[in-house]
Amino acid sequence: MKWMRYRWLYLLISGTLLISGIFSMIKWGFQVGIDFTGGSLLEYRLPDGSIKTFKEKSIDQSQKDEIKANLENETGGEVTEIRFENIGPTVGPETLKRTIYALIISTSAILLWVAYQFKNVKFGVSATLATLHDSLILIGSFSILGHFFGAELDFLFVTALLTILSFSVHDTIVVFDRIREMRKTNYGELSEMADSAVTETMVRSINNSFTIIFMLLALILLGGDTIKWFAVALLIGTISGTYSSPFVAVSLLVTWDELSKRIKK
Amino acid sequence: MLATPVRKFIFIVILTLMATLISLPQSFYLFGKKVNRPNIDVKIGNISFKRDIKMHLGLDLAGGSQLTFEADMSKVPAGGQADALTGVRNIIENRVNLFGISETTVQTSNFEGKDRIIVELPGVSDTVSAIELIGKTAQLSFAEIQEITPEGESTPSATLVPTDLTGADLQSAQVLFDRNTGSPAISIQFTEEGGKKFADITSRNVGRELPIILDNQIISAPTVQEQITGGSAQISGKFTVDEAKQLSIQLNAGALPVPVNLIEQKTVEATLGAMSVKQSILAGAVGLVMVGIFMIVSYGTLGIVADIGLFIFSVISLALYKLIPITLTLPGIAGFMLSIGMAVDSNILIFERFKEEKLIRNIPDALEVSFGRAWDSIRDANVATIITSLILMNPMDWDFLPSSGPVRGFAITLLIGVVLSLFTGIYVSRNLLRLFIKERKGKKK
Repeated sequence: MKWMRYRWLYLLISGTLLISGIFSMIKWGFQVGIDFTGGSLLEYRLPDGSIKTFKEKSIDQSQKDEIKANLENETGGEVTEIRFENIGPTVGPETLKRTIYALIISTSAILLWVAYQFKNVKFGVSATLATLHDSLILIGSFSILGHFFGAELDFLFVTALLTILSFSVHDTIVVFDRIREMRKTNYGELSEMADSAVTETMVRSINNSFTIIFMLLALILLGGDTIKWFAVALLIGTISGTYSSPFVAVSLLVTWDELSKRIKK
Repeated sequence: MLATPVRKFIFIVILTLMATLISLPQSFYLFGKKVNRPNIDVKIGNISFKRDIKMHLGLDLAGGSQLTFEADMSKVPAGGQADALTGVRNIIENRVNLFGISETTVQTSNFEGKDRIIVELPGVSDTVSAIELIGKTAQLSFAEIQEITPEGESTPSATLVPTDLTGADLQSAQVLFDRNTGSPAISIQFTEEGGKKFADITSRNVGRELPIILDNQIISAPTVQEQITGGSAQISGKFTVDEAKQLSIQLNAGALPVPVNLIEQKTVEATLGAMSVKQSILAGAVGLVMVGIFMIVSYGTLGIVADIGLFIFSVISLALYKLIPITLTLPGIAGFMLSIGMAVDSNILIFERFKEEKLIRNIPDALEVSFGRAWDSIRDANVATIITSLILMNPMDWDFLPSSGPVRGFAITLLIGVVLSLFTGIYVSRNLLRLFIKERKGKKK
């Protein structure tokens, strides 16, 4: 299949997604969780078995007792506190700092690995840009999900982001490996080799994502509230990572190759 | 002598059986009969290996509290801070141990000059009193009252003069009930030196009050009747039984060298944890079955081999969690599930390659070639995930990286999953397939 002929379509898809994500980031920003801002999270089981969640600024014991007493008055039964998190105002920014360090370190480590793997600027930069694309899509969609459904940026979100970073590289390496292998024996146009490499890895790529998507869907639908958004973040990243390897990384590689040839002429 | 593939097959079977045995719960019902699984207790020569094989659940699954305290080092001279922090840690550990909470962990951390003590208390529901118990400095001292009559004034005023007798001179403390009033009190036994100091102080203060001060507050001020030489005393403040018990623990464990403040608290009630366990098991089972069916639908017989590999992957993972042991948390379960999804990737890569190679070679050769070719990209591709999970895991406890339980729990299970998938995806399925293809070839002849 002539995958590379439809590069304008991939640009359109990625462009639309990236622009809506960036738009949402600028207009609505993010819902930032108490992991980073500090504050309190309380969860109570009401007499009818339902669960009620409160988010407050950092509260103390007496304020906590008051909330519980009010709730018991309202419902007229016994209320059980099932979760209480209180994160001091100094802790949040510190966690944020550590998280940023972790992000910087692992991103540079992955990039170094990609650079070492391909020893070729075109491959390395294209893989990196595809990874960046996935991260931006994930961050952007959490801005949108945050605005409409209250999804929060917390510690686990960043963990998901890092995992997706490595998954995206993983997937791109598989496709790029194919192209490299072909270049050893073939002397055709890069775009042709890219087409057949994408064709050959497509089924693998889709099947592999399906198995991951199955696991994550099970987790989202059945796994309970605590890690729901975490699994959603992993799911978005997996889909984006699968899409970006052939359609963003390889497209970029081919475009770059064509441009540099044109300049040389 | 058996042929190599058969030997490898037997090795895989034995490994799987052992892993299955280990990953089974402690006791379970089989055909209506209760079966107890034995624990490991192996002795070879002088080396003995003993482990209770059980799953260690994190606070979010077992219920409990995680408390983070910050040590106030403002009054500690530079250089003594590390010692002070270790002191705080040890005393807090003593206190929770005396309180009778099992499997607690007390860790210290330092980030940008701030000293933290992180206490994990599994299964504790009464967090309020736990915080009281751990966070109180419990600095005990005895003071003398000195009356001063300022010049030109007729009414004398009194000041408290602390003596050199403090909580450090205590041998032990215990709760008792006052013989006269029946209310709870604390009897303290001084060390030899403390007893001498106490005798001195009581002899100087016969007929006067001797205030007992705890954390800058007078908790009791008994009047000294006569010199006390026995080296023991009794504090009868207005305690409840619980308060008295708590104070006795604090006095026995020792006073904190520096004050600490609670800056972070995370509590999960046990029933919520139990619900999460149920939900995760269900989600895991459903996901696994879906992946299994998908593999068979897509790859037929090869898919069955991949599913066997997946089963082996799952039981070895669970067995490793129990043996290492790893504290399993909710994000850890997510990491495990993600790694199941990723584990079949190596199989898919190989099978897709096999489909192509099959067209140009005979089947056994095609199999070997696809394993060989696919291995390179499988290895290269998984390195990125291994790097990320190592950084998130932060195994060296570097203070500039996150060391929070949930993230670490996720990273560890993901790391084990990725490394193990290299083993099951390549070694196990390759050898199963080799044997399988040989069988078929044999039948054809």
